[in-house]
Amino acid sequence: MATTLPKVDVVIVGLGWTGGIIAAECAKAGLKVIGLERGRRRGTEDFQKVHDEYRYAVRYELMQDVARETITIRNNRKMPALPMRQMSSFLLGNGLGGSGTHWNGHTWRFYPYDFQIKTMTEEKYGPNKLSGDYLLQDWGVTYDEMEPYFHKYDLTAGISGEDKNPFWGKRAQDFPTPPMKRTPILKKFEGATKSLGYSPFMLPSANLSEAYTNPDGEVINACQYCGFCERFGCEYGAKTSPEITVIPTATKTGNFETKFHANVVEVIKSGNKVTGVKYLDTQSGEEFVQEAEVVVLASYVMNNAKLLMVSNIGEQYDPETGKGTLGKNYCYQILPGANGFFEEQMNTFMGAGALGMTIDDFNADNFDHSNLDFIHGGSISITQTGYRPIESNPIQQGTPTWGAEFKKNSIHNYTRSLSIGTQGASMPHKENYLSLDSKYKDAYGLPLLQMTYNFTDQDRALHKYITEVTVNIMKEMGAKTVEGKTAITDYDIVGYQTTHNTGGTIMGASPENSVVNPFLQHWDAENLFVVGAGNFPHNGGYNPTGTVAALAYKSAEGIIKYSKSGGSLV
Amino acid sequence: MTEKPKNYSRRDFLKTTGIATGALIGGGLIGGLVGLNVDKTDEHVSNTGTNHDMSANEGFQYFQNQREFDVLSNATERIFPKDDLGPGAIELGVPYFIDRQLAGQYGSNTKEYMQGPFAVGAKTQGYQSRLTRASIFSQGIGQLDEEANKRFEKGFSSLENDQMDEILTAFQNDEIPMTGVTSAFFFRLLRTATLEGAYADPMYGGNRNMEGWKMKEFPGHQMAYIEVIEKDKFQKIEPKSLGGM
Repeated sequence: MATTLPKVDVVIVGLGWTGGIIAAECAKAGLKVIGLERGRRRGTEDFQKVHDEYRYAVRYELMQDVARETITIRNNRKMPALPMRQMSSFLLGNGLGGSGTHWNGHTWRFYPYDFQIKTMTEEKYGPNKLSGDYLLQDWGVTYDEMEPYFHKYDLTAGISGEDKNPFWGKRAQDFPTPPMKRTPILKKFEGATKSLGYSPFMLPSANLSEAYTNPDGEVINACQYCGFCERFGCEYGAKTSPEITVIPTATKTGNFETKFHANVVEVIKSGNKVTGVKYLDTQSGEEFVQEAEVVVLASYVMNNAKLLMVSNIGEQYDPETGKGTLGKNYCYQILPGANGFFEEQMNTFMGAGALGMTIDDFNADNFDHSNLDFIHGGSISITQTGYRPIESNPIQQGTPTWGAEFKKNSIHNYTRSLSIGTQGASMPHKENYLSLDSKYKDAYGLPLLQMTYNFTDQDRALHKYITEVTVNIMKEMGAKTVEGKTAITDYDIVGYQTTHNTGGTIMGASPENSVVNPFLQHWDAENLFVVGAGNFPHNGGYNPTGTVAALAYKSAEGIIKYSKSGGSLV
Repeated sequence: MTEKPKNYSRRDFLKTTGIATGALIGGGLIGGLVGLNVDKTDEHVSNTGTNHDMSANEGFQYFQNQREFDVLSNATERIFPKDDLGPGAIELGVPYFIDRQLAGQYGSNTKEYMQGPFAVGAKTQGYQSRLTRASIFSQGIGQLDEEANKRFEKGFSSLENDQMDEILTAFQNDEIPMTGVTSAFFFRLLRTATLEGAYADPMYGGNRNMEGWKMKEFPGHQMAYIEVIEKDKFQKIEPKSLGGM
């Protein structure tokens, strides 16, 4: 029997970026907040011995334990879904800071086109640019409405960048800190893209170019370019993360309490409201009900969707009938690119997660798609994140993958190869969705989340087109051999691709086609807020965190308002 | 921020190289024979003359007999052979790295979802074996020896290099029947583990003396590149290990 705990103003499930931002804003506004985190407390002191590729990057030290909880996967409805028995394609986070601890720090604002993608695509290309199987929809907010929230996140995180991209939405103010260092590797990309007539600019980075104190008084240090960022925590406190910014901000108000090893298993609904959440203390085995005026789901895309599903909140999407909204519009990220092999040796092992240069000439609707069989595109970047020796063994196509020739080639190319990558947009398709698995269970006896996903013709066309663009840039950069990425066919969960999963709990202007309203307030339960990249009705041509964080700020504003006046915020 | 490692004097004291390791470098045939003749219980008193600081960590945590360990050693050496650039898998301590990994979390799949029912699944659905990595390695090593006997009437460790390569290629191409897992999957595990052992921090037992890193010109655990990252010239930097080597 679960023990019921005294009611608080706000209970937050998950303490990554979204949970942390909402905790800080609500606690500053005087609300009593409890944050439940299934993982452990951790911080900068835990990262002093983090330069260990094997433990952190290969064996996923900071990630979710999939022995306890995973998802099942299939490419289409006809296939039996099977559990993802080990992580590979994407890396789910765990513990204080969530993925915000081991992210790279690329911080973008989605395009004005993204927020109104259906309207703007139809205006320019007519209603039939994509077939009816693609579930394009506007987000229910515009870029201009989001701008103040984007700015707020820039200030909290101290983002380093330069306002030199001619395409992106208008920024009311410049970046709080200057861009990172323009290294020789970045300059190769800059020179090549300029000579091809494109507009390169420094990638907006949460690895800060200089020490910075944010408006809440939290200090973020200057990046040392040590080359251990993605999959690692920062030993300097120089990569902006929840545990060095919003979490201490929330804590110092005296209104915020954290509980670790607290795994939420149900959101309790009664009528058109929720009353709290049920969680398991994974150390003692005890069950608790934490009652609250407002419940915020701030865990990852997968778990937010799953908690709604196991709690029977909202209608499950059915691809057969098109009815239901929960689980709909699951999207991923399409990753075109090219590898280049050079004669000269470069300092490829140095770097930082978000050290890079980008062009947006082929992102959003920045180029004409009239004669193309796809919409949108992606940001094309070179990043110098620091090649590490176990996972970086660059060889030309056709080289044996083991033995003497492999050894020679991979060692030679380790300091002589570069990659251009693209964060390609991913469009929602009626057959790509999330639901509950009927066979496999997690460690708490709940069904696993089931993912039904495959690449579609739109994705394949985008991948092919942008890959050619990246091949040309790499040639212009002076590579001796250039290889474009192999065309994509079916989605395969083997091999790391990206942790930019989106959709399933999407936002929108109407309960007919979305799970939450533009304040991320659930259409069926006015005191329930669901926050994260799961809100994206499609995935744009950028890494998601900047947009996720801006949505969290907007939602926090909604929660504070709701706490005073109640009712629907729209 | 690097701390001085404890137990260093003990390691120093035991500084030595196992006879098997030293001798196996030359190739499969000699390696196989010598491996069997070495008494590993003899407390590292014999020294072949080459000193490697990490060699005190020799010893089995997972393997139970020398023959199977030698099969593993020779297979990893073919995947990552000694050449003019530097040492191969054996001299780097890769087989010991793998032994240790098989004895721990990696080998027992404690961080993998291992609940049934098990099904073969499509290639796009990834790892679906009911077997742990340790079981897969044990079975795979047995099969390497069995295939060697079938084709050449000799144990795997007694084969010539090109014969070993022929068998490894057959595994890679999924031509060898295995139980509960495919030979191609076992080969992928073996290849990946070999590279992990060659390049992981030496504290894991492989990458001895950071020789893997030195070949690749990766400087290991450096606190900062802020002063040099803007330089055009390639920077040669003496590597550092987390273990303090």
